[in-house]
Amino acid sequence: MNADKVLDAKGLACPMPIVKTRKEMKDMESGQILEILATDKGAKADMTAWAKSGGHELLEIEEAGDVLKFWIKKG
Amino acid sequence: MTVKAMTAKEVARKVIENKPLFILDVRNGDAFADWKIEGGNIQYLNTPYFDLLDGVEEVVSELPKERDILVVCAKEGSSVMVAKMLDEEGVDAAYLEGGMKAWSEHLEPVKVGDLKNGGELYQFVRIGKGCLSYMAISDGEAAIIDATRMADIFLDFAQEKGAKIKHVFDTHLHADHISGGRQIAEATGATYYLPPADAEEVVFDYAELVNGLEVAIGDAKIEIEALYSPGHTIGSTSFIVDDQYLMTGDILFIDSIGRPDLAGLAEDWVGDLRESLYSRYAELADELIVLPAHFMIMDELNEDGSVARKLGDLFKENHGLNIEDEQEFRDMVTKNLPPQPNAYQDIRSTNMGKITPDEEVQREMEIGPNRCAVR
Repeated sequence: MNADKVLDAKGLACPMPIVKTRKEMKDMESGQILEILATDKGAKADMTAWAKSGGHELLEIEEAGDVLKFWIKKG
Repeated sequence: MTVKAMTAKEVARKVIENKPLFILDVRNGDAFADWKIEGGNIQYLNTPYFDLLDGVEEVVSELPKERDILVVCAKEGSSVMVAKMLDEEGVDAAYLEGGMKAWSEHLEPVKVGDLKNGGELYQFVRIGKGCLSYMAISDGEAAIIDATRMADIFLDFAQEKGAKIKHVFDTHLHADHISGGRQIAEATGATYYLPPADAEEVVFDYAELVNGLEVAIGDAKIEIEALYSPGHTIGSTSFIVDDQYLMTGDILFIDSIGRPDLAGLAEDWVGDLRESLYSRYAELADELIVLPAHFMIMDELNEDGSVARKLGDLFKENHGLNIEDEQEFRDMVTKNLPPQPNAYQDIRSTNMGKITPDEEVQREMEIGPNRCAVR
């Protein structure tokens, strides 16, 4: 999937993947897509819940080995 | 400014002593709804940490002044952040050291009683997950039943008591938690027993736990006798220890009974379950003290934190032992069952030795409550 920006949050523990995602999102335009890479397993449920509560659209989650990839469209 | 940590042990003491506590749980809503720190005198607020990143002002007004406040998250990181933010707003709050993972792994040893010819029986209460393990000690020897994954706790405890672990039993192949039995046996040279009917796919050597097996510990010869009691699994076996205690595994709990579906055969095993509960157990002495492998709700804990009740009392009070109609019993234990425990298939495979996940993965697999009962 094509992303407008990629955020590498690998190796970061909770809450940092979401803190960084949120910061990145603030600088983006509505409709743009951010790709996030993370290794914290808890990010899967939290990113889903965060996107929902923030009005963003979680387009896809992919697991490749230890790395979780998220694509979120800014709402 | 550093904020205070509260350990899982301190929280466990508060729960057992029914002390007041206010928990601000900052995990996501689903995780909180699925599994949380339970206690009779705990108040809760669940606000995910990601809704507090701009500031904690909105929750400050909802926090009580007169109660200790504990911020809880999955692994600790977010709760430290939120506790710091609260501190900056002038609110005194601690965070749970190690988060819900530490809570899940904490074991509280509680002495259940003395053995007749000398010796002691301990129950290890895994308060965050509701698992119960046992260690009988007599004359420098110990036997362990249904040990949980945290093998070091059992090894250290036996060492403190100056006891050599001789026998390690699992009442059945567990589906809700990873057994520490094999690891303890390997570390100590003890014999590891499993019911053969549950162990058909097991890939390591074990001793057969069969009906009528008797072992003794110590010179005082504390007897441990096996009683075949299938139903939760086809191999499920109970123990009578010192003619005083009945370890029921996952067949009979204080306020519920075992579910027959976790190995996939509810319809086949419901008859066994009924037979074990309504015939085999009914023949045993009412004075036996029932010690199950789980508790489901905090109300099942006695005041000292132990989980134990006379068999005769359970025959009077436990709903699952008082369903006369066989069809009604069948329906209760096969329909409307609670969700199955997290990752229960992988947990069974791990307990069979078929897979060996890293410790971190094992922790993740065990997240959540045990869910081994039907009520």
